[in-house]
Amino acid sequence: MTEVFKMDAPATDRRLDDMVQGLVGAPLDRPEGPLKVTGQATYANEWQVENMAHGVMVRAPGPSGRVVLSNRDDVAAMPGVLAVIQDERLLRNPAQGKANEAPVQGPHHAAYMGQLIAVVVAETFEQARHAAQSVKVTLENAEVVAVTSDTAAVEPQESKTLDQGDLETAMREAAHTVDATYTTPSHSSTPMEPHASIATWEGEDLILRGSYQMLKYNRNELADSLGIHPDRVRMLAPYVGGGFGSKLGIAPEAVAAAIAAREVGRPVSVALHRQQVYEATMRRSDTRQRIRLAADAEGRLIGLGHDALVSNLPGETFAEPVLQASHFLYAGANRKMSMDLARVHRLCCGSVRAPGEAVGVTVFESAMDELAQQIGMDPVELRRRNIPDKDPESGKPFSSRRFEDALDSGAKIFGWADRPGVKERREGEWLIGYGMASAARVNVLMESQARVTLTPQGTARVETDMTDIGTGTYAILGQIAGDMLGLPRDAVEVVLGDTSLPPAAGSGGSWGASSSGTSVYLACQAIRQQLAERLEVSENDLTLKDGRATFDNQTRGLADILQNDEIVKLGHVEAGETSEAVRQATFGAYFAEVAVHAATGETRVRRMHGTFAAGRILNAKTARSQCLGGMTFGIGMALTEELAFDPRDGHVANHNLAEYHIPVNADVPQLTVELLEERDDWANPMQAKGIGELGICGAGAAILNAIYNATGVRVRDYPATLDKVIAGM
Amino acid sequence: MRPFDYSRASSTADAAQQAAGGGTFIAGGTNLLDLMKLEVMAPDKLIDINRLDLSQIEETSDGGLRIGALVSNSDLANDTRVRRDWPVLSRALLAGASGQLRNKATTGGNLLQRTRCLYFYDRATPCNKRDPGSGCAAREGFNRILAVLGTSEHCIATHPSDMAVAMRVLDAEVETLKQDGETRRLTLDALYLLPGDHPERETVLEPGELITAVVLPAPIKDAQQTYRKVRDRASYAFALVSVAGIVGLKDGRISHADLAFGGLAPKPWRNAEVEELLIGETPSETLFDKAADILLAEAQGYGANDFKIPLARRTLVSVLNELTKEASA
Amino acid sequence: MKTELTINGTQHKLELDPRTTLLDALRHHLGLTGSKKGCDHGQCGACTVMVNGRRINSCLTLACMHDGDEITTIEGIGQPDNLSPLQQAFISQDGFQCGYCTPGQICSATAMLEEIAEGWPSHATEDINDRPSLTVDEIAERMSGNLCRCAAYPNIVEAIRKTAEESA
Ligand SMILES: Cc1cc2nc3c(=O)[nH]c(=O)nc-3n(C[C@H](O)[C@H](O)[C@H](O)COP(=O)(O)OP(=O)(O)OC[C@H]3O[C@@H](n4cnc5c(N)ncnc54)[C@H](O)[C@@H]3O)c2cc1C
Ligand code: SF4
Ligand code: FES
Ligand code: FES
Repeated sequence: MTEVFKMDAPATDRRLDDMVQGLVGAPLDRPEGPLKVTGQATYANEWQVENMAHGVMVRAPGPSGRVVLSNRDDVAAMPGVLAVIQDERLLRNPAQGKANEAPVQGPHHAAYMGQLIAVVVAETFEQARHAAQSVKVTLENAEVVAVTSDTAAVEPQESKTLDQGDLETAMREAAHTVDATYTTPSHSSTPMEPHASIATWEGEDLILRGSYQMLKYNRNELADSLGIHPDRVRMLAPYVGGGFGSKLGIAPEAVAAAIAAREVGRPVSVALHRQQVYEATMRRSDTRQRIRLAADAEGRLIGLGHDALVSNLPGETFAEPVLQASHFLYAGANRKMSMDLARVHRLCCGSVRAPGEAVGVTVFESAMDELAQQIGMDPVELRRRNIPDKDPESGKPFSSRRFEDALDSGAKIFGWADRPGVKERREGEWLIGYGMASAARVNVLMESQARVTLTPQGTARVETDMTDIGTGTYAILGQIAGDMLGLPRDAVEVVLGDTSLPPAAGSGGSWGASSSGTSVYLACQAIRQQLAERLEVSENDLTLKDGRATFDNQTRGLADILQNDEIVKLGHVEAGETSEAVRQATFGAYFAEVAVHAATGETRVRRMHGTFAAGRILNAKTARSQCLGGMTFGIGMALTEELAFDPRDGHVANHNLAEYHIPVNADVPQLTVELLEERDDWANPMQAKGIGELGICGAGAAILNAIYNATGVRVRDYPATLDKVIAGM
Repeated sequence: MRPFDYSRASSTADAAQQAAGGGTFIAGGTNLLDLMKLEVMAPDKLIDINRLDLSQIEETSDGGLRIGALVSNSDLANDTRVRRDWPVLSRALLAGASGQLRNKATTGGNLLQRTRCLYFYDRATPCNKRDPGSGCAAREGFNRILAVLGTSEHCIATHPSDMAVAMRVLDAEVETLKQDGETRRLTLDALYLLPGDHPERETVLEPGELITAVVLPAPIKDAQQTYRKVRDRASYAFALVSVAGIVGLKDGRISHADLAFGGLAPKPWRNAEVEELLIGETPSETLFDKAADILLAEAQGYGANDFKIPLARRTLVSVLNELTKEASA
Repeated sequence: MKTELTINGTQHKLELDPRTTLLDALRHHLGLTGSKKGCDHGQCGACTVMVNGRRINSCLTLACMHDGDEITTIEGIGQPDNLSPLQQAFISQDGFQCGYCTPGQICSATAMLEEIAEGWPSHATEDINDRPSLTVDEIAERMSGNLCRCAAYPNIVEAIRKTAEESA
């Protein structure tokens, strides 16, 4: 029915600009808003499923050893208990994003403290919780294992090594150099909805209602974990209460729910406790990053180095890709990069919002501030001077890149020109400082499919297994379809989050909107084509608006054109040569004003602004909100967020929302965001790029640089909690 | 959460009687249920005291206030008398927890809330407070939020309450009713125990002893009051260090100095020597530094919480600066 | 354990395990899943409901403790075709993304505006003997018991400010 559209050449026709319905880009409200603000949107653990039993998972009390449930029979005999399950197929840790197969399995050996090693099922949640808490878990033949990177075996990641030119000589000969090592701690995605799944078997078929970001992969991961064919599995996730990477791959509770439901012969819900979300989903790797910068007297980089140490569980291939943006953000002929991976027995590392750049750019931007300070140059000017003409390593051209404009415009909006000198401004007991940083994030297009149906009633339906995890998918897919088909927004229904629908890219890596949006665009384009054929005009001459087609000086309604037919088309996009031909990324700049208490070292962000360029903006309202979210992650990263591991057993000591400090309302000022007008023809036929993660990539540095400006204290170990600030004052 | 019997007390006498068989009172439940869900606390019997007539705030004959044990943290913070005459108490309450929690949390429950030590909350780790004799995982663990004063080799937990720090600086007294019908009055100093060899014992209250009220003495005249809470977030976070201060100045000299500290010790901390040092002196940075020296003379950090010692110093000096500046202005 | 609750004006007679929290009674026993569970320990505010007009965390209280109480949940504040002004403002200002914290935010904000109207001070109030005003700082402080990881905070503050202004 359809062919696959491969993005092999720039889409210079910019068809969306020709559409007249006026939806794409407009700051429209989310169509699912009324359901969300009234509590009617159904999240994973909220489906009313009859005869449902409750499962609660049990944790390993240490990081090593053979797991023995010593009182299993006693627990099985407790009131209401239906089963105590320690099935081979239970997951050691969640699957990595796009794994498409089962992660490491097996609950009989502990690899980290907090690993979920059994599930107890009972009639009620209260019974299941108490029974799970009553399980006595012992670890036999436990060995001493490394729980910190300092004591762990380290594996160099050869494929990440870069040695271009001669950085050592450049460092020796440069007028100005910075050679500084920074650390960032582990972070947790901490979506507000804890991971939860309800499993229902209908004969050999499994329905799993879960909270997941990338259903087409998740279905395969779940089927593979269970040892069944993916055709037997249907996953539903119409509403997802946040993901931020933690719901990219299938997680322990889904497999546990499926196994348990099978065993007890009725639907089972397994919801992770918040503590289990912290201990057994995914963390962002802690990092140690050495940045070297060599600049000439005018502040032009002649060399840069980025050497990183990251960590993960034994057996996991994911290594936090912190070097990603260092390859292309700044010029400099002599470049050296490397990465080491330490094997530690802590919970698994995987993607947390903007893997790589979130901490990689942040640290690099701290170093750039140190360089600007040393040279005595405006930090904005230092960045401007080092924008490369082309990719400094591959020599490829950039696609669209309004980086310089973002720096200039952001500086102007914020009032950067008024910035104080170091330790210059004081208001009572508060020291005031300004800081800035660049933003950068790679852009990717992923395979994605969607089906669009145009009805004679002048309505359309968009169907795909794409998810909306807060990202605005419901809004933007409707806007794209509405614009392309000339329908008011309310005439387009968007159905998501069901694996029985065409498989989409999923929500991850900021590619969701542009990839799934493109599939909708393509399906609509095919519908337009068919309409044009019926009307015997060229598609280009067809104007669709408010359910009517205008062509050759005549106007006809859709009902009239379609008679009683529906037009159904599938859109299917795949990345093509434009992914390789050019360097595609999104860019921006952050500006922050902080107040640091002169006595206590407490930091308050008073103002923060971001200007971003990410191709065509599909919905100015939801895109802005994504940026607010990213910048707030940046505030957390800068000031408070840190998974604190026990130094002896590696468990997450602060495994709760009271002590893992994500920002609260009072931590966040009225942030401002500017989205630059841009079209990236190389990205996809909509000229749109990802925006979901850009807002975090470097944000924290603007704040730490502002702390330096206020106090003269350079904190190189994120986050800048007050103890580190007062230590330098 | 372990199964328990639930019953409602109809009068204070009934509550005491019910507790005779060994029961645990539940007021707001915001601390008790938190711990029961994790089975850190596992009472067999819960006695709901919420319907008792202990929600009054009354004036006492000597110009003080008698605050019923069930007065919510919100109501206490909002009371116009408290706001006007005991502002340090309002301020401390408003700095604690969240709007929702303050609506539920009670005066009695707040005083008796237990430590936020992360190991106390985690049954997979040793904790002398939870399981006497098992050891203290926090000493060599992640102890950022724990105590530097008043600790013992068996426990370094802090008392997490903000309200109690203000109560302590105000010389409040707790009124209780024992199982046998006897009532008594305790200062906060007398109420709380230091961990010593028995960190599982936190107060002198006997099993089943009910707090009925907290009594505030008459307001202190001619002095400034403040509550300064230093924490990791701007709101909804426990104190790393807090200082409740009431300081008066007369003719350029300190005439009154009451200071209590939170986040530093297993109980709201007060040090009479610090106050004595200040009284009669002219405010100065050197004087305040000396006060901090005395306060922190015995302070000991355990690694991650070492910073509390300089932080307490800086916060104390800053608070004294504020109180003496405003008073003289 | 027999418990009678009046929820959004309707009386419900329940027979519950005494361990059942008010939140789980709503979600598991009454099908009222608008109130969310983000932490189950009073640390996020997603479960905020109003009991006798006051906002509380429904996860940290037992259903049986509320025998006879009047409870308002998000379902009682408005319906998709009959939104409260605050709910409408959350939509217009994009005061949410994933929507999981949102019912708690709205219940909390609804009660919070009452608290301000009654003159309750907050940590952000300059002079606690004065009537509080509806500044950004006041709203942000009073809403800090409701975490939002999508971080719609600036929009939440704006939605609340606008609603209060319009009703004033
Ligand atoms: C996320 C979170 C954040 C918080 N942040 C802060 C903060 O920043 N600052 C702060 O100070 N507090 C904070 N708190 C703690 C909160 O203030 C306490 O939980 C609350 O004050 C306890 O009061 P309650 O009435 O709910 O006590 P309950 O939980 O009902 O009881 C606590 C204990 O006191 C006993 N008890 C209660 N009343 C009596 C009585 N009348 N007589 C005898 N015994 C009694 C109970 O048996 C129980 O052992 C926070 C709590 C949470 C969950
Ligand atoms: S400090 Fe006290 S409460 Fe914490 S682990 Fe040690 S003994 Fe337990
Ligand atoms: S679920 Fe109740 S506060 Fe988080
Ligand atoms: S909207 Fe997602 S957590 Fe608030």
